[in-house]
Amino acid sequence: MRSLIEWLMPHLIIAPILLPMGTAVIMLLLGDTRRPLKAVVNVVSCLLGLFIAGALVYWAQKMGGPQAVGVYLPSNWPIPYGIVLVVDRLSAMMLLLSSILGLGGLLFAVARWHKAGVHFHPLFQLQLMGLNGAFLTADLFNLFVFFEIMLTASYGLLLHGSGWPRVRSGLHYIAVNLLASSMFLIGVAILYGVTGTLNLADMAIMVPAISEGDRGLLHAGAAILAIAFLVKAGAWPLNFWLAPAYSAASAPVGALFAIMTKLGVYSVLRVWTLLFPNDAGVSALFGGPALVWIGIATLTFGAIGVIATQHLSRMASFCVIVSSGTLMAALGFGQPGVTGGALYYALGSTLAISAFFLLIELVERSREEDEKPAYVSELDMDDPFGYPVDLMPTRDVNLDDDENELIGQAIPAAMAFLGLAFIACVLTMAGLPPFSGFVGKFVMLTALLNPSGVDSPAGPSVAAWTLMALLIGAGLLTTIALSRAGSRYFWAPQNRPAPRLRVIESLPIGAMLVLVAVLVWQADPILRYTNAAARGLHDPKEYIGTVISTKPVPSPTASGEGGLRR
Amino acid sequence: MEIILAMVIGILGGSGVWLVLRPRTFQVLMGLSLLSYAVNLFIFAMGSLSLDKEPIVRPGLVPNLENYTDPLPQALVLTAIVIGFATSALFLVVLLASRGLSDTDHVDGEERE
Repeated sequence: MRSLIEWLMPHLIIAPILLPMGTAVIMLLLGDTRRPLKAVVNVVSCLLGLFIAGALVYWAQKMGGPQAVGVYLPSNWPIPYGIVLVVDRLSAMMLLLSSILGLGGLLFAVARWHKAGVHFHPLFQLQLMGLNGAFLTADLFNLFVFFEIMLTASYGLLLHGSGWPRVRSGLHYIAVNLLASSMFLIGVAILYGVTGTLNLADMAIMVPAISEGDRGLLHAGAAILAIAFLVKAGAWPLNFWLAPAYSAASAPVGALFAIMTKLGVYSVLRVWTLLFPNDAGVSALFGGPALVWIGIATLTFGAIGVIATQHLSRMASFCVIVSSGTLMAALGFGQPGVTGGALYYALGSTLAISAFFLLIELVERSREEDEKPAYVSELDMDDPFGYPVDLMPTRDVNLDDDENELIGQAIPAAMAFLGLAFIACVLTMAGLPPFSGFVGKFVMLTALLNPSGVDSPAGPSVAAWTLMALLIGAGLLTTIALSRAGSRYFWAPQNRPAPRLRVIESLPIGAMLVLVAVLVWQADPILRYTNAAARGLHDPKEYIGTVISTKPVPSPTASGEGGLRR
Repeated sequence: MEIILAMVIGILGGSGVWLVLRPRTFQVLMGLSLLSYAVNLFIFAMGSLSLDKEPIVRPGLVPNLENYTDPLPQALVLTAIVIGFATSALFLVVLLASRGLSDTDHVDGEERE
C-alpha cells in the first residue's frame, strides 16, 4: 500500500479528475443504449475512485508530513502562472466523502433509476469530476470552471426522470446558479484586479501588502465571491431554491447533491482561511462575524423549515440547510477547535442526509404499494413526463412459482430495516447519541464554551451563546419533526404488506449508516485528523509555502545540451 | 474610454438585473445573457484598458504592462463566454420544456391573477 502510493504520488492527485472524465467519455461513446454495460463501467470507476480517495487520505494522514500538502502542476508551468492542484487533509477528506456518496447513489440508481432517462451515467461521472476538481484546485478561475462542470452536470441530473416538478424547480435552480456564476466571475475579476494573480497561495501572500486604497476593493471582491459560494452552500436568504430542487430530484441524485452544499461551505472555508487568516493584519478574519450570523440565520431557517413541512423529502432538504448552516456558523468563528469539530460533524451529517434521501424513496414506495397497485403504467400514459418507473419485472428477471420477481421479494426484516435505518438517520441528523452527530456537536460546543483553552477565563461571545442555543434547539426541532413523521409512516398504518426491498438498494443505505457508526467508534483518530486539517487551514503558512516553492519538473530537452530549440 | 466602458457595463448590468426580475422565462434568459455580457466586459476592465496593444510578446519590446495588454483576462473572458453560452443554451431547453408542460411562460408555471 505504502510503496504503491509512494510510486503513484504526485500523479495520484490528478487521478480523481481524470478518472471520472475518462469514464464519462467512454460512456458517451457507448451511446444511449447498453445500460447494463454502462452500469458496470460506472460502478467499477466509482470503486476505483473510492480507492484513490482512500489512498489520498492515507497519504495525507501517514505520509504527508505535519501539514500534508501535496502539489501537482498539471501542465508543468511554474507557479503562479500555471494551474495547480493541491491536496491536503481537508481536500482528501472531502474527496473520500464525495466518492462514498457517489458510489452509494450509483448502486441505488442501478436498481432502477438509471433507466428513467438517457445519459444518467455520463452525467453522474461528470458531476463527480466537477466535485473532485473543485476540491482539488488551488486556483480561483479553475475553481470556477470546476463549479460550472459540476453545476452543468447537476442541471442534467436534477432533470433526470423529468416531470413537471423537476422541470419547474430545475428552471429556478438553473437561473439562480447562472446568477451566482456571474457573481463568482465578478468576485474573481476584482480579486485579480487587486492582487494580480489567480493562484490562491500567491494571492494569500499579496493580501497583507495591499495598499490602503485598494483594501476596500479587495474586501468587496471577496464578499461578492463569498455570495457565489453561499448560494451553493444554501445560506439564508439565498436558499429558497434548495428545498424544491432537492426534494424534486430523484433519490440517488438527491443523495449525491447532499455534498454540493458542502462544496459551497468548503470553498468559503478554503478561500477565506487562505486570504484572511488570523495574522493577515487589517484584513484578519474579514467577514467572520458575518459568516457566523449568516450561518445562525440559515440554521434557524432550516430548523423552522423541518418542523413546518409534512413531506419527507422536503424535511431532508431542510436538514441539508440545517447542516450547512451549522457548518457556516461554526467555521465563521475561525477557531481551529470549532472547525475541527465542524468538519467531523460534516462527515456524519452528510452521510446521514445522503442515506436519508435514499431511504425516503424506499419508505415512500412501500407506502405507495398498498395505496395503489404496483403497476403504474396507466399513470405513465396519462402523463408522459410522469413517474417512468418500471415496477413490472423485466424480461431477464427470474420468476418464482407464483411468478413473482425473485430479486424483489420481500424479506421479512424489510420493515425493521427501514425503521431502524430511519431512526439512525434521525439520531445522526438531530445530533443525539449514540451517533456521530452528537459527537460532532459536542466537540463544537466544548470548543465554543472555551474559546481560548480550558483554563482561560475568557467566556464565549454573544454569537457563540446564540449558536450553542440554536445547535441544541435545532436538534430538538429536528427530532420532533422527524419522529412525528416516523410514527406516521411506520406505526400508524395497519395491515400493510411488508415492503419489497432489493439488496442493491438497501446496501448503500446500510453501508452509509455503518460508516456513521464507524465515525463514532473511531471518533478519536478521525477527530485527530479533522483537528489537524483545521489547524492546517487556520495557519496556512505551510500550505502557501509548499505551493509557492514547488518547482516544475525540468524537461529532458531543456536540461540537455541542445535544449530550447527555437 | 473608461467612462464609455463603465457606462456600457452599467447599462448592460442594470438592464440584465431588471430583466432577471421579470416574471417571463424568456425575459429572465435575456437578462442572464445581458448580465453575462456585463460581467465579461467587467473582467476585461479588471485587466488593463489600453488601446492598440496586443497580448502577444514581440521581439525587441520589453514584456510588461506598459507595452502589452494583460493576456489573462482575455483568456478568462473566452472561457467565461463559452461556459455562459452553454449554460444559457441549457436554460433555453428547460425553458421550452417548462413552456410545453405548463402552457405558460411564467417562471412559476402558473399565472398570477
